[in-house]
Amino acid sequence: MEIAIISGKGGTGKSSISAAFATLKDKVVVADCDVDAANLYILFNPSLEETEIFVSGQKAIIDKSKCTNCGYCIDFCRFEAISYVDNNVQISESLCDGCKLCSRICPSEAIIIANEDKSRMYSGGYRNGRMVYGRLAPGEENSGKLVNLVRRKAKKEAENNQLKTIIIDGPPGIGCAVISTITGVDHVVIVTEPTLSGLHDLKRTMEITSKFHLKTWIIINKYDLNLKLSEEINLYCYKSGVEVLAELPFDPQIVEAMVQCKSIIEWKPESPVSKKIEYAYNYIIHGNN
Amino acid sequence: MKIAIASGKGGTGKTLVSTNLFYSLMQQNYEVTLVDCDAEEPNALAFFPGFRIKSSQVTQKVPVIDKDLCNYCGKCHEYCNYNAIFFLRTRKTIHVMEELCHGCGACSVACDQGAISEKDDVLGTINTYSISKNSSIIEARMKVGVYSPVSVIKAAIKTSGNSPLVILDSPPGTSCPFIQTVVQSDYVILVTEPTPFGLSDLKQSVETLKTLKKAYGVIINKAGLGNKDVYEYLQENNIPLLMEIPFDKKIATCYSIGEIYASNKEKWQEELTEMIKTIISNNGNSNN
Repeated sequence: MEIAIISGKGGTGKSSISAAFATLKDKVVVADCDVDAANLYILFNPSLEETEIFVSGQKAIIDKSKCTNCGYCIDFCRFEAISYVDNNVQISESLCDGCKLCSRICPSEAIIIANEDKSRMYSGGYRNGRMVYGRLAPGEENSGKLVNLVRRKAKKEAENNQLKTIIIDGPPGIGCAVISTITGVDHVVIVTEPTLSGLHDLKRTMEITSKFHLKTWIIINKYDLNLKLSEEINLYCYKSGVEVLAELPFDPQIVEAMVQCKSIIEWKPESPVSKKIEYAYNYIIHGNN
Repeated sequence: MKIAIASGKGGTGKTLVSTNLFYSLMQQNYEVTLVDCDAEEPNALAFFPGFRIKSSQVTQKVPVIDKDLCNYCGKCHEYCNYNAIFFLRTRKTIHVMEELCHGCGACSVACDQGAISEKDDVLGTINTYSISKNSSIIEARMKVGVYSPVSVIKAAIKTSGNSPLVILDSPPGTSCPFIQTVVQSDYVILVTEPTPFGLSDLKQSVETLKTLKKAYGVIINKAGLGNKDVYEYLQENNIPLLMEIPFDKKIATCYSIGEIYASNKEKWQEELTEMIKTIISNNGNSNN
């Protein structure tokens, strides 16, 4: 069973809740799919058993020895990545989308296509099971593809180690990486917070999950920050037929747990936050009986 | 001058800083534009009442294959570097998967039968709102279900044109949406929080900005939480600490209901304006 934890808005406490889910009684596989800013490895310090190279895309590079500076490629590039700089044709690495068209039309065959291969996927064991995580090299793209790779690996780890549950820590936003994270999972948990931005982003995220017909649950984190907005979120979820699993109070111990490289379950197992998270997890896994 | 407000980790306070900065500069009669580049989840507008003065759609060209003209040679499929053209030669099946298309136009170049034309596909909207006499907010809003916000972000920044002072509220992360935002800025303010997650993401952002050769400084938000590791990192790497925002439930509550904290805190306004003045004088006031 795959449980994906996402949030729309960043910083709502997605990773802290994922970490908590991953340190309850059940041994699990953790898949950190926030490949742009993978963080769970900091808490879990997994043993590094396997490293795989991920080719995220391609980039065009000009072979100066062949280029005649004719500028033919400039007219074809739709990403405005090629321009004249001091009468020399230059490709901006950050604007290049890797479509390869310039290299195909260059009359002097002066454009080389290079793989972007600095991103990695790691897997190994941690104190409560197995862990897989991806790290997208800065500026590289196709995070959705890397997410797919991480999820596939996590499934294999689950199979090989007879673990039933995969906890997926997702990325923020609603773009390709998020879509890749939630496609086909059994449960999506959206972590939100009672702020106007939180509510706005929750609505956009729920548009995505309902579009994909996914079983969706809500956790309101720091609900006591603004009780009126928490109520509004509850009402919105009720109207949308989505269940609010838990409302967690603001608790500085969540940050303290992170500083101690522990989940809140490990750091303060008896705290109200821990109890509520445990309840939420059991509710997802076993239903309301 | 364009100043980007960015962070690797989400929820560190980018929008808090952007909106308060915008407000403070507005109070000082600066001609200032705020571009909300977080096209997946735009939020800046929730903080300012304004009226829409301009709206445009961002589109991308996607191919349309005329099956009568197509000779099923498969060259377009071969040219497409995004696997957006599904092709089975033996079964004479060819199909464009629009959601994978990046609009590069390679397939049109590849086709020598004239079988490929293009149509516009909507990716999102750019809305411009007038906030006061000489300030405005440009919002990039990606359509839900679109894969990448990059084109919408680019279009939004372009809309800001030659405004003398532009604040770019960047999307989180360090991948393409972030790059597309900061690459067009003259200075980057990274907002972080003093926690292990904050530090890890800050390091990644710093590495990216180094490769892009961008000038940058750091604001620590929620100061007082967590530990001192971020401070040590800044010191060791000679990264300027521009400002500290204390961890204060009042600030969070204010933000939660869409209020500008700086509106009742003149000292804060001054501090933010001073910071920008220093950045401008140290990094040149250019429109490029």
